[in-house]
Amino acid sequence: MPELQPRHLQRRYDVVVVGGGPAGLAAALGAREQGAEGVLIVDRESEPGGILQQCIHHGFGLHHFKEELTGPAYAERYLGQVLEHDVDILTDAYVLDVDPSRRVGLLSSRHGRTEVDAGAVVLAMGARERTRQAIRIPGTRPAGIMTAGFAQKLVNMAGYLPGRRVAILGSGDIGLIMARRLVLEGAEVVGVFELMPHANGLTRNVVQCLHDFGIPLHLSTTVVHIHGDERIEKVTVAPVDESFTPRMDQAWDVDCDTLLVSIGLIPDNELARTLGVRLDPVTTGPVVTSSMETSRDGVFACGNTVHIHDLVDWVSQESQLAGGAAGGYATGRHRRADNVRLLPGSNVRSCIPHTITTEREHTIFLRVTKSLAPCTLRLGEVYERPLRYVVPGEMVTLKVRPRFLQGFHGGNLRVDVVAREEAAA
Amino acid sequence: MSETSHYLCIGCPLGCRLEVDTQGDEILEVRGNACKRGDTFARQEHVDPRRFVTTTVAIEGAPWPRLPVATAGSVPKHVMREVCEALHGLRLEAPVELGQVVLPDALGTGIDVVATRSMERR
Ligand code: SF4
Repeated sequence: MPELQPRHLQRRYDVVVVGGGPAGLAAALGAREQGAEGVLIVDRESEPGGILQQCIHHGFGLHHFKEELTGPAYAERYLGQVLEHDVDILTDAYVLDVDPSRRVGLLSSRHGRTEVDAGAVVLAMGARERTRQAIRIPGTRPAGIMTAGFAQKLVNMAGYLPGRRVAILGSGDIGLIMARRLVLEGAEVVGVFELMPHANGLTRNVVQCLHDFGIPLHLSTTVVHIHGDERIEKVTVAPVDESFTPRMDQAWDVDCDTLLVSIGLIPDNELARTLGVRLDPVTTGPVVTSSMETSRDGVFACGNTVHIHDLVDWVSQESQLAGGAAGGYATGRHRRADNVRLLPGSNVRSCIPHTITTEREHTIFLRVTKSLAPCTLRLGEVYERPLRYVVPGEMVTLKVRPRFLQGFHGGNLRVDVVAREEAAA
Repeated sequence: MSETSHYLCIGCPLGCRLEVDTQGDEILEVRGNACKRGDTFARQEHVDPRRFVTTTVAIEGAPWPRLPVATAGSVPKHVMREVCEALHGLRLEAPVELGQVVLPDALGTGIDVVATRSMERR
């Protein structure tokens, strides 16, 4: 029987999945589908679903369930599938270590300090919110400053309004969505301040979360000072020039009792570091093969732990693949090594996975550095595809079929996204 | 005299700036859209802008004090706040099932507000 909080842990699981968010759930499902017998998910929260549980807005599942769902609904549907597949889920639990023989050290409220052996391990810890830009702001350190995601959990799950007059630093999607949430809960959002000359979040969120409620978005503007003793009382904001230097002569004060920080996500790779897997300096997540295997044998990784996704549907797809490969590994079916290394080239910030093969079909995920429209995506000299546009905020996905790589016999393959003349299109 | 209204297309990240020229109730022209979707969006947005509402409702006897809910379809944009206010007074009792109606026919829109997750009794 599948169990949440299993009374007895097995001594050995084919696959142990670290994290019970969308990535972990999909990995567990993938592992079972590829023949893994015992699968255990270890999650630090009191219930699985991860960040989805607090994302009560729509925007999930259009690809996976062919229907637009809220975060909690997506989690519940997915969890239903996972439990049908006989997966053990241990909540309120942490993975402390994985030794070279893949003995997994656990700490849980139910079982205390224990160990289980794993045929394969999948890292699916998700992401953290960036705070660095906020930490550097001069001024006091009063109460009332928090990340947008933390505020989201307070409002949507704990039912607690963090403040009455809210300023938001950064225009990431979570910040935009929280602007609307706070207004609908009766707070005033005095403005969103974005360092860059463009909004970071989706246009849909700019329109439906800010414009709909008359919330001002100040581009090329940032918070330069925090004021207040116990509680934040106001912030000083200033426009920035092209080199992002604040123009203090044009600064102004904004009264607020809360400052939300929404400046993006970064892979949660603490455990990955502990395990000594090789990390990509750009994504800061593990370097992975086409099977989502890390540099450590039998240790796989997927979801926002590897790179930040913009759609949960892609997390599910990638993670199901990772889990499937982990299941295959644990049951003695090893895949052939990859023979193509993808190298981020012109206007490509990152490229996941890091290696592929010329034999199977792969989905690769790119992040670009700057917007281009229209443009061409190129794989070395062997393949090219026209794209209507690329923007840094949206992942580019490409299905690479073996026939695209015909005549290419392995080695380094440069990935470029270059401008295209309209006439040539 | 024709008038021009401005919209930002949400169809894709290009975010085309749309202009809708009208004379009285009649739409004369939609401009600024790089594709057909922008035209459809601008006309809908001009005549009858609609939104989904997602919020939470107080719940007793559940692991969390708030239950996430959403309108089962889109409602006119101008009633978003009122829908939330109508939900403020509600107190639900666990258990609740995913999809369960928590407020039928919200404000006479014909649209129900439903739970977007299940919550067991604790
Ligand atoms: S009009 Fe077409 S191209 Fe322009 S933003 Fe809308 S969907 Fe995108």
